[in-house]
Amino acid sequence: MATKAKDIIMALEKMIEAIEDNRVYLDELDRATGDGEHGSNLCRGFQELKKKLLSLEEMCTGDLLVRTGEVLTSNIGGAAGPLYGIAFVNAGRKVLGKAEITKEDISEMLSSALEGVKKIGKAQIGDKTIVDALEPAVNSFREAVNKGQSLRESLGIAVESAKKGAESTTHLEAKKGRASYLGSRTCGCQDPGATSTYLILKAILESCNKTI
Amino acid sequence: MKKLINNPDRVVEEMLEGLVMANNDKIRLLDGENIVIRKEAPVKGKVALVSGGGSGHEPAHAGYVGEGMLDAACAGAVFTSPTPNRIVKAIKAVDGGSGVLLVVKNFAGDVMNFEMAAEMTRSNGTKVSKVTVNDDVSINDVARRRGIAGTVFVHKIAGAKAELGGTLEETQKIAEKVIANVRSMGVALTSCTLPKAGKPTFTLGDGEVELGVGIHGEKGIQRSPLKSADEFANIIVEKLIKDLSLKLQDEVAVMINGLGGTPLMELCIIYRRVAHILQDLGVRIFKSYIGEYMTSLEMAGCSVTFLRLDEEFKKLLLAPANVPAFCCS
Repeated sequence: MATKAKDIIMALEKMIEAIEDNRVYLDELDRATGDGEHGSNLCRGFQELKKKLLSLEEMCTGDLLVRTGEVLTSNIGGAAGPLYGIAFVNAGRKVLGKAEITKEDISEMLSSALEGVKKIGKAQIGDKTIVDALEPAVNSFREAVNKGQSLRESLGIAVESAKKGAESTTHLEAKKGRASYLGSRTCGCQDPGATSTYLILKAILESCNKTI
Repeated sequence: MKKLINNPDRVVEEMLEGLVMANNDKIRLLDGENIVIRKEAPVKGKVALVSGGGSGHEPAHAGYVGEGMLDAACAGAVFTSPTPNRIVKAIKAVDGGSGVLLVVKNFAGDVMNFEMAAEMTRSNGTKVSKVTVNDDVSINDVARRRGIAGTVFVHKIAGAKAELGGTLEETQKIAEKVIANVRSMGVALTSCTLPKAGKPTFTLGDGEVELGVGIHGEKGIQRSPLKSADEFANIIVEKLIKDLSLKLQDEVAVMINGLGGTPLMELCIIYRRVAHILQDLGVRIFKSYIGEYMTSLEMAGCSVTFLRLDEEFKKLLLAPANVPAFCCS
């Protein structure tokens, strides 16, 4: 069963809700090693996206994701802005002009999103960043799809991987971003970027569960 | 925490409006955005300097916009890098046809957003170069060093070079030379409170400080017991001298930068010890700057910056500049 633009819009709506609901939580996580604004910064971007959702409804799958990336980059700021921005832009570019996308398409979109994040953020697994949640999720999704599992099943596995990845950051020492200046003092706190990545992927899964 | 603000969501907008109104002979706001540009911009035939970053570091960077220093400063939300679209607008507004130099502090967000903006404008044919400031010696890995108060010297010297007719290549080269010769380190006695957060970014006991502190309200490299001003000056100056390989007969500019919550009295006390150490070493202080140049809201503490000088630097340091927050005489 193919994914259409309206399904993506629903997923974006779920993401916006998830970020808004978790703004304070993400700010608190960020307070441990940063300035306590990760949730608020993301909220600014996703709320701007909310205002533009109507205009996105006319677009097809890839185009609306590229536009989403642009809106996020233009409004979140900090490091999270360009990273989430490029994730959505890269994902969208894989399926420009397509009215419907398959789970194989989504696998490629996720891989391209991860590639973008790693290219500009220069982080690897273990650096205590978004990548610690995103890379396991992307790999799990691809494996599940290759084994013939459904979109919903594959997403479920991916989200579980993202959750584990985010939780694993608690014991890591930050190697990138503002937290990295604090060295071993960052151990014991879950990374806000990895956490927001997990929440966004979880929102996609929840939206998928609602539509199918 | 009590703050003298109106709406926490509008602190940046209102701050910039106030700053521009007070300095409307030098600067103006661009299209009602959080971008401050030189009043006469674009200045035809001159390399334009664009910088910026999160707000909360006033007077950095809008306070350095004007003749002889920056052509534009982009202000992000408090402690949050400005977004690429804003930086692109600033570049377009001040591009005088001779190219644009971006002066970027080495923080992940700043680096990514400014690089994205540079790429976007390059694809339209604008000549854009970029320098990244990484003067903070508290971090051993040079590539990861933060850009802190030393950035102000880059604004001044590269700004003067551009004002005197330097090409984009020459202006970039001298900016890189400043970066290679400037080092800073800070100590914080308190954290700070972001306007929307309502609580401090971290807590410090009465007898504790954070050494090697950045400017975004984060903790430093290590927590240390409170010592005397002279002892902190000793620790910081030793690191700066070593990292710069400062020696007898070198000449420097010294900046004691208050982080926002420290009285001038204390900055002068720190300077006294810094000056004594340099005197004993036979290093000549050519010019001193004591005040608030790159703050972290109301964080108590300071950073010390040394810039090793040569004749060209000395000339450009003293060249006239007409900006809200830097005095050249």
